[in-house]
Amino acid sequence: MQKRFVSIWFRQLLAEWQLIRRPELAEVPFVFSAPDHGRMMITAVSPLAFSFGVEVGMRAADAKAICPGLEILDDKPGRAKKLLKGLGEWCVRYSPVVAIDEFGMDGLLLDISGCAHLWGGEREYLKEIVSRLKSKGYTVRLAIADTPGAAWAVSHYGKLTPLIPTGAHVDALLALEPDALRLEASTLTKLRKLGFYQIKSFIGMPRSILRRRFGEDFLLRLAQAIGTETEVLVPLQVPVPFSERLACLEPIKTKVGIEIAVTKMLESLCKRMQAEGQGLRTGILTGYRIDGKIVQVSIGTSAATHSISHLFKLFELKIDQIRPGLGIELFVLDAPKVDDVQIAQEEMWTSTPGLDDQSVIRLLDRVAGKVGPQAIQRYLPATRFWPERSVFRAASITEKSVSSWRVDKPRPTELLKNPAPIEVMALIPDHPPKFFIYNGVRHLITKADGPERIEREWWLDQGEHRDYYQVEDEQGSRYWLFRSGHYGGDEKYQWFIHGFFA
Amino acid sequence: MEAKKEIVQKLQQDILLWQGFKPKSAGKAERIGLGEIEDAFPGGIFPKKAIHEFITLYPEHAAASDGFIAGLLSVLMENGAACVWVSTSRNLFPASLSLFNVETERIIFMDVQTEKDVLWITEEALKCEGLAAVVAEVNNVSLIESRRLQLAVENSGVTGFILRKDGNKKASTVATARWKISPLPSDTEDGMPGLGFPRWQVELLKVRNGNPGTFILEWAGERFVEVKEVQTPTMWSDLEDRQIG
Repeated sequence: MQKRFVSIWFRQLLAEWQLIRRPELAEVPFVFSAPDHGRMMITAVSPLAFSFGVEVGMRAADAKAICPGLEILDDKPGRAKKLLKGLGEWCVRYSPVVAIDEFGMDGLLLDISGCAHLWGGEREYLKEIVSRLKSKGYTVRLAIADTPGAAWAVSHYGKLTPLIPTGAHVDALLALEPDALRLEASTLTKLRKLGFYQIKSFIGMPRSILRRRFGEDFLLRLAQAIGTETEVLVPLQVPVPFSERLACLEPIKTKVGIEIAVTKMLESLCKRMQAEGQGLRTGILTGYRIDGKIVQVSIGTSAATHSISHLFKLFELKIDQIRPGLGIELFVLDAPKVDDVQIAQEEMWTSTPGLDDQSVIRLLDRVAGKVGPQAIQRYLPATRFWPERSVFRAASITEKSVSSWRVDKPRPTELLKNPAPIEVMALIPDHPPKFFIYNGVRHLITKADGPERIEREWWLDQGEHRDYYQVEDEQGSRYWLFRSGHYGGDEKYQWFIHGFFA
Repeated sequence: MEAKKEIVQKLQQDILLWQGFKPKSAGKAERIGLGEIEDAFPGGIFPKKAIHEFITLYPEHAAASDGFIAGLLSVLMENGAACVWVSTSRNLFPASLSLFNVETERIIFMDVQTEKDVLWITEEALKCEGLAAVVAEVNNVSLIESRRLQLAVENSGVTGFILRKDGNKKASTVATARWKISPLPSDTEDGMPGLGFPRWQVELLKVRNGNPGTFILEWAGERFVEVKEVQTPTMWSDLEDRQIG
């Protein structure tokens, strides 16, 4: 397909941005200034200040002398880039590949191959961009050409038409000044000195001569404008292979509206994924609001799926988090992470229930979407005796246990997270206690089993071993008590309650 | 008259069916291993398609209820299905479940922050047909919440267990059965020292269309065993309020 590019030049990016923010400045001439070698230099000029003769590159003090009521604002480095990034993200509606013009840092370059017909042709396309940006408060100059270089040249220096037809970009360049080639200032002075006021006066010269005079960079810029060298645009947003867009005629601000939009996009996305045998793992729904803000929600699945109803349910949980503001005019649904889908054998045999059951996986996805994946846990046996470490969290829902659960030793059904200290009376050392006091209640012990000594894992932490007793009180309640440490001597010991048996 | 009676009977059967009670199938008896307790339910069948509510005021009761539910789960999960255990403050020790013949790997624990999330997950899980059962630990359930859970159960057929920590008995729910499991002193053979099998007093406080009652049950290693004679022969002098003369 024939490549087509648009160059958007914001003529007074910073000044207009300031006017949008502070409309009261419309009557006041103002400039932006930044320190440079100990002086305040002007970096951007408002239209009103320009009419007084203030220009970019002047000293702020000089400008103040020319124009007495001049307001001088601080310019932050990188502000223009930030603004362009925001504008570029907004421009994604016109083309998926939007790049910042790194040369002038005051424009955008769009790869619009195959996009313009959606707006009814290139003329309408340009009109739409200009008028939309104008309504926002930015005056722009645009050009469409076959190469980014030519589009840039025409947008900045063209005098006739911004629409350069296919194949005519070299002719359009001929009459322009060499400045249109995005060259260094030193090269430009050299060109002027030699009397090259138009591109046509040197475009036909042999490359070797040009290289000797003006260097490799000059040739590269020239080749990029003509199209013999491909210029790679670095897109602000890397396009994802599975992505759906839905532009709305009217801004959407109701929950029902968003739901319909999501369903529509899911329908076409899932159809494509199904055809390619792929399933969604991560999905991002982006809403572009009419006030220029972007709202985003994302979902994740634990197994690749292209089921519309399931994905919709996951998004449904998140719709409440979308703040539509005055309305959303464009929805984009991206699937940055996709996987091969496991095609389940259905209908033929009823699936065996278990952890890999489809409905269970969907339930887990929904729960993970609502309360977070850390809430879902499974436990597997660890080959360790220390009760707190005898189980560990499975890393995934499918992880199998390598060892089996122990059933030879009694374990309480309820285990306290932290053993609680208790007071105990035992008749003889190393006998089970006679009674114990827990939470102010005295439990008289009638039956007991034990002790079961569990040594501390000394390679992990220091401390005493535990002697566990399984005891039953008069009421029949069963407890798991332990004594930490040996009896007697100068060593300290303490009794604890650690759990409740069934 | 006869026709009317038949119609009423038919309607009663239908209502039971909708409420999760299956009529006794002729061929195979679907027993859950609770013995005589199952006869307390209409049709003599433990309702799987229903919400069972457990009152657990003290940790001792919670531990006993955990054990009792684990015993039921061992039967419910026999076909390989998974189970979801939802809670805000879970003390259940996974390593103990294998003593009740439960494959702990197939229990998915969901530990969340709020009671609201517990109820939401419980409802979603009860709708999920791939599960065998859902256990939820909550402080309290209101009538409306329990009704939503019951509706979810009726469609999917997943058994729901709700462990209620709030003892407010007035709080009415639409649960099919309300249980209270309290521990009882265990018994060892021939008076051997040590502890015997876990023994509980199973109080069936409420059964819809059934007969509430109190039973004594023991988990005998791999199944429930009903204990018939529990009271040790009492001496006359031990009896309180005895009338003399």
